[in-house]
Amino acid sequence: MSNIQMPLPPETPLKPVVPRSAVPPKAGLPLWVKGLGPLVLLAILVAVFVKLGPVGVFQQGFPPVEELTIERIRLPAHGEMEVQVVNGGPEPVTVAQVMVDDANWVHRLDGGRTIERLERRTITIPYPWVEGEPHVITLVTSTGLTFTKDVAVATLSPSVDPRYLTTFALLGVYAGVIPVFIGLLWLPFVRAIDRRWIDFFLSLTMGLLVFLGADALVEALETSGLVAGAYQGSALVLFGLLGTPLVLGALGHWRSGMRQERTPLQVAGLIALGIGLHNLGEGLAIGASYATGEIALGTFLVIGFLLHNTTEGLGIVTPLADQRPRFGSLVLLGALAGVPTVLGAWLGGFTYSPVWTTLFFSIGVGAIIAVVYELFRLFKRRAGAGITAPLNAIGFMVGMVIMYGTGLLVPA
Amino acid sequence: MPRKKDLVNQALSRRDLLKAGALGTVGMATAGSVLALPGLGQEPSGAAQGQASHHDMMTVGNIAPGSFDPTAFLTHFDTGRRSTLPSGQVLREYELIAEDREIEVAPGVFYPAWTYNGQVPGPTIRCTEGDRIRVRFTNRGSHSHSIHFHGMHPSNMDGAFEPVHPGQSYVYEFNAEPFGLHLYHCHTVPIKRHIHKGLYGTFIVDPKSGRPPAREMVMVMNGFDTNFDNENEVYAVNSVAFHYQKNPIRIPRGELVRLYVVNVTEFDLLNSFHIHGNLFRLYRTGTDLNRYEWTDVVALCQGERAILEFTYNHPGPFMFHAHQSEFAELGWSGVFLVEAPHV
Repeated sequence: MSNIQMPLPPETPLKPVVPRSAVPPKAGLPLWVKGLGPLVLLAILVAVFVKLGPVGVFQQGFPPVEELTIERIRLPAHGEMEVQVVNGGPEPVTVAQVMVDDANWVHRLDGGRTIERLERRTITIPYPWVEGEPHVITLVTSTGLTFTKDVAVATLSPSVDPRYLTTFALLGVYAGVIPVFIGLLWLPFVRAIDRRWIDFFLSLTMGLLVFLGADALVEALETSGLVAGAYQGSALVLFGLLGTPLVLGALGHWRSGMRQERTPLQVAGLIALGIGLHNLGEGLAIGASYATGEIALGTFLVIGFLLHNTTEGLGIVTPLADQRPRFGSLVLLGALAGVPTVLGAWLGGFTYSPVWTTLFFSIGVGAIIAVVYELFRLFKRRAGAGITAPLNAIGFMVGMVIMYGTGLLVPA
Repeated sequence: MPRKKDLVNQALSRRDLLKAGALGTVGMATAGSVLALPGLGQEPSGAAQGQASHHDMMTVGNIAPGSFDPTAFLTHFDTGRRSTLPSGQVLREYELIAEDREIEVAPGVFYPAWTYNGQVPGPTIRCTEGDRIRVRFTNRGSHSHSIHFHGMHPSNMDGAFEPVHPGQSYVYEFNAEPFGLHLYHCHTVPIKRHIHKGLYGTFIVDPKSGRPPAREMVMVMNGFDTNFDNENEVYAVNSVAFHYQKNPIRIPRGELVRLYVVNVTEFDLLNSFHIHGNLFRLYRTGTDLNRYEWTDVVALCQGERAILEFTYNHPGPFMFHAHQSEFAELGWSGVFLVEAPHV
């Protein structure tokens, strides 16, 4: 032990502690010069490199690897395909040819064949695609590299018109709004049961939230893989994941001053918000899948969503077991949790983009992290035995198992 | 060129799962239990669908002028520098140089090829049965190469075991036999890459008696794996996708046409040759003066070749292409424009 250098305990004063503000400012450069100096130097260096190239670093004899990302394929009319492509690579990319189903095809690419870095372009192909069948589109660059994306099931892409607005709204209502509101009807039940069982249902809520969070995280990571390289999909996940709880926390402070406790209604509101953000992502995925013809909204799917998402309503009302919330508050809570599914379905159906989908899913995850944290604090305040008490642990597990079981009905 | 790999590699996503779920849904749908939502109805297939023509199935643009011209290549035969040996035997001397060169295989698509004399296919070497052939080969490329001639010759003239390293030379010398349609290609390992990068050409040995006069053309069926995934992105005869569709080959009505067709396509088991509106006399490998078959499609595996003879009696455009539709749509299609003689 003796030969290990232990840091001195902080309370051992070696020299008189001088408050920072008491250090006299050194004479010389003003503060702003000290702050901006490195930035100015950096700007000069960048300017030099832009003009002269990286001095001392040899140019490679071959171009860097090209990277094009096909973000979306739309089928706006019979006999027409629209490919939305973004250059997420380090250098401009020239699209030399386009193949559809392994056949060279004429196409229109307005504004020249070279796509600059981070530029987004649309390629229009007059191709007699076949309703209900898959197709594959391949872009061939000037260096012969290929970038491919498949249309899983060809079907007319929705356009923003009343018919499709209604379709997607109904999709969201079935998948999100109705189930949540049905779940809210458990309020009289949770008010009637005794304290031990309320703890059980709160644990159950946590279980199902954790399940939803994990589900959304997997989604976020998967779609982040489809994001063009330059947009750094994993960073988007990080923003949502950490940014959302931080923003929600800061909002909480701002709303309630430095008061640490949230009211049960606030906790319920937070849960509703978390579930709502999750449902936004869910709606996005459903809308996008419907738009690309990958799902048909059959009875089976709707029943699945009803069962799966109804438990979300239970999660919202459980913290209100001791309360007498106004009817209006309940409607607001339900809307907060359910309506984003409709918004998501619209967004996903009309303008699917991997960037936004990744961001929305990770925001959903972040929101759920914030909510679960709040629920833990609520547990502490209730002075129960905590989440590890046998009944509560079982509740937590039951929550996850319910989500798993109903998830079997609707793999969404 | 199936790219199933790409499809399989895509992460299993929510949408894939939804799709799987939808399979169940479709089953229910047939039972008539689909919710009546607007936008669900499928259009009757075929109704009002856009239809395409041959003009749509095509590359966009043209290759840069001044690059390799497949039209000129068709009828260009290198008969060598001819002289007579003391024995009375005809000597033909050829010069082949291997070099790296970027070639345009479809408009705007550039391929880092290895070439003989800067072109793919290499020059068509032509001689007569019994001639003495002397080929001086110089390797100015970045890798070792060789020339392996099909035909009969001594072991050390075979090009299989004597790689010629960059900067070195080698002289291949042998008697041209037997007559027929042959080919030459690099035989340095890895052979697959040395061939699909472009080191091949046609080697024609004419019979001493000659063949009937005809309009003769060389067509080398090849492909290019531009993204190096061991599948071809571009198919063609004589390297440039759709060249002879954009620049039809003019032939006079009633004139005998003789095609020397060689298949060097890498990665695919077979390639094939099909002409429209006519049949051709087929001479497999050209080593027999009697026709083998009268047909309009011939399939050739890599290294196989055949002489095709035909005469068009109807004027107008006639397609010729691989009868693997996939190859045809990726560039291996062309047009004969049969012209009535001016009266």
